[in-house]
Amino acid sequence: MLGSKKMKQIVILSGKGGTGKTSLAAALATIDGPLIVADCDVDVANLHLLLQPEDEKQVRFTTGAKAVINQSLCTRCGACMDHCRFDAILFHDGRFTVSVTSCDGCRLCMHVCPADAISMKESNNSFWYTGSFRNGWMVHARLAPGEENSGKLVNVVREQSRMLQEKRGVDTILIDGPPGTGCPAISSMSGTDLAVLVTEPSRSAFHDLIRVKELTDRFHIPSAVVINKYDLNGQITVEIAEWCGREGIPLVGMIPFEPEVVEAMLHCKTVVEWAPESTAAKEILSLHQQIFKFNRMGIHKEEEI
Amino acid sequence: MRIAIASGKGGTGKTFVATNLFWLASEMGMECVLADCDAEEPNVAGFLPGDTESVTEVFQQVPVIDPNKCTFCGKCYDYCAYNAILYLPEKRWIQVLPDLCHDCGACSYACEAGAITEKPRLLGKVKRSAYGPRSRLTEGRSEVRVYSAVAVIKKAIHEAGNKKVTILDSPPGISCPFIATVDKADYVVLVSEPTPFGLHDLKLSVSTVQQIGKPFGVVINKAGPGNREMYEWLKEYDIPLLMEIPFDREIARIYSDGGLLSREHTSYREMFRRLLKQILHFQSV
Repeated sequence: MLGSKKMKQIVILSGKGGTGKTSLAAALATIDGPLIVADCDVDVANLHLLLQPEDEKQVRFTTGAKAVINQSLCTRCGACMDHCRFDAILFHDGRFTVSVTSCDGCRLCMHVCPADAISMKESNNSFWYTGSFRNGWMVHARLAPGEENSGKLVNVVREQSRMLQEKRGVDTILIDGPPGTGCPAISSMSGTDLAVLVTEPSRSAFHDLIRVKELTDRFHIPSAVVINKYDLNGQITVEIAEWCGREGIPLVGMIPFEPEVVEAMLHCKTVVEWAPESTAAKEILSLHQQIFKFNRMGIHKEEEI
Repeated sequence: MRIAIASGKGGTGKTFVATNLFWLASEMGMECVLADCDAEEPNVAGFLPGDTESVTEVFQQVPVIDPNKCTFCGKCYDYCAYNAILYLPEKRWIQVLPDLCHDCGACSYACEAGAITEKPRLLGKVKRSAYGPRSRLTEGRSEVRVYSAVAVIKKAIHEAGNKKVTILDSPPGISCPFIATVDKADYVVLVSEPTPFGLHDLKLSVSTVQQIGKPFGVVINKAGPGNREMYEWLKEYDIPLLMEIPFDREIARIYSDGGLLSREHTSYREMFRRLLKQILHFQSV
């Protein structure tokens, strides 16, 4: 159990995808509890595959709207096309139509149309869910294929996890973040107390780590680094460790590449559950302690209480 | 022909496949270009350092509201679909939140008082470089903290043009950045790995690509330690399996150092040559 009554939000990020964010998040979620887990990689959520929550609530989410042109009202004036900045109005065979993939849902065409021929059609095939899992409660979401606004859906997941935290009276929210540095990543990290940056020893992952660190710095979120599969390239592991030293970021874990990690995933279990005696599991237990200790020692933003 | 190398899940090997295909096409003397469309985390340059020819800055227009001209009518606030305008009429206070602005122009159109002008805001850069005599690279790189890389991605694809072999290294996920890339492709190669995560995300990527209406095939990377479920699923839905890359620590090592597998191993070069041939064949039929 955590020693403090302060509420804490810890986000797992990486910049580069596939470095092991979800596997680590799942393992951290099954060590000590109870806690709230929020899967903020809403584009391609995977955490529920390992944590297998029992969803108690499923709520439909409107991601945005796309313009639709009523051909019987359209006077073919072309004002919509002239104003659209997303090149979403197409003209062929004497008809104006909307490219669903390009339309950003800004509604400007609807406003400029002198014939009132344009309306907006909402997309609402996305969902968010709350429920319980074997070590606490979980919030996750499913963005429908082809829909947008994943940042907004991330905000809903964050908000729901805070409400659950209050309702259940638990200290910690653990957030599994998306790759990248754009709006879903920013929405996942804003207002958190600690960002755990998962990397691996490759030129790409190191490059991406530096960019995501720049992002956490801009939002004044303290970070800690975990090097996953550190034994795949010893030289780059050393470079990353040295970089952490120079930047003053604690290197809290080095997880070896072990077949047990993949085996655990294939059995839809976390590595600490599947192979508790593996080096990877032991390392995760140790970094779990360090992460929560950092939080207790107040490396996080003091003003955020 | 524009070929998008994509995947919902990150880290499955998009850049690995894209860089190897491009290197091969370049070696074969084909006219080719590789656009790094993962503008939030561009990694192609780490494998293929070209000679920089030009760097173009990509801007968006952000509204600026002149409080002296503003009548606080609230019409811009009503028109904005992105909540990018903060409006407190009782306090006669109005402010633009540039991070939320999508550069649609609706507020400028709405304003009847002539209080809104637009000023450019830097979103990122597109770098063009030469690689070989007939091969070029373009890289989209968004500024850290920019919410949406879509404008940078579109510019990178535009700068790449459309050569015989135009490879688009796509960003992960299935939302806006992914769609902006895949939408411009003639063919989509989905790279996956045979694990529960990989299969779950592949299903989502496939429905997205089908919804956009693009022909596609699948490359299974890191084959071996996973299970057979993905193969059965591909078979059931009649989805072409274009290539299988075995799980091999040596491949991981070469990749981690920024190396190119096709350059270092002739057997893999042959595998990538067959993949390229299959994709190009697709266009000619």
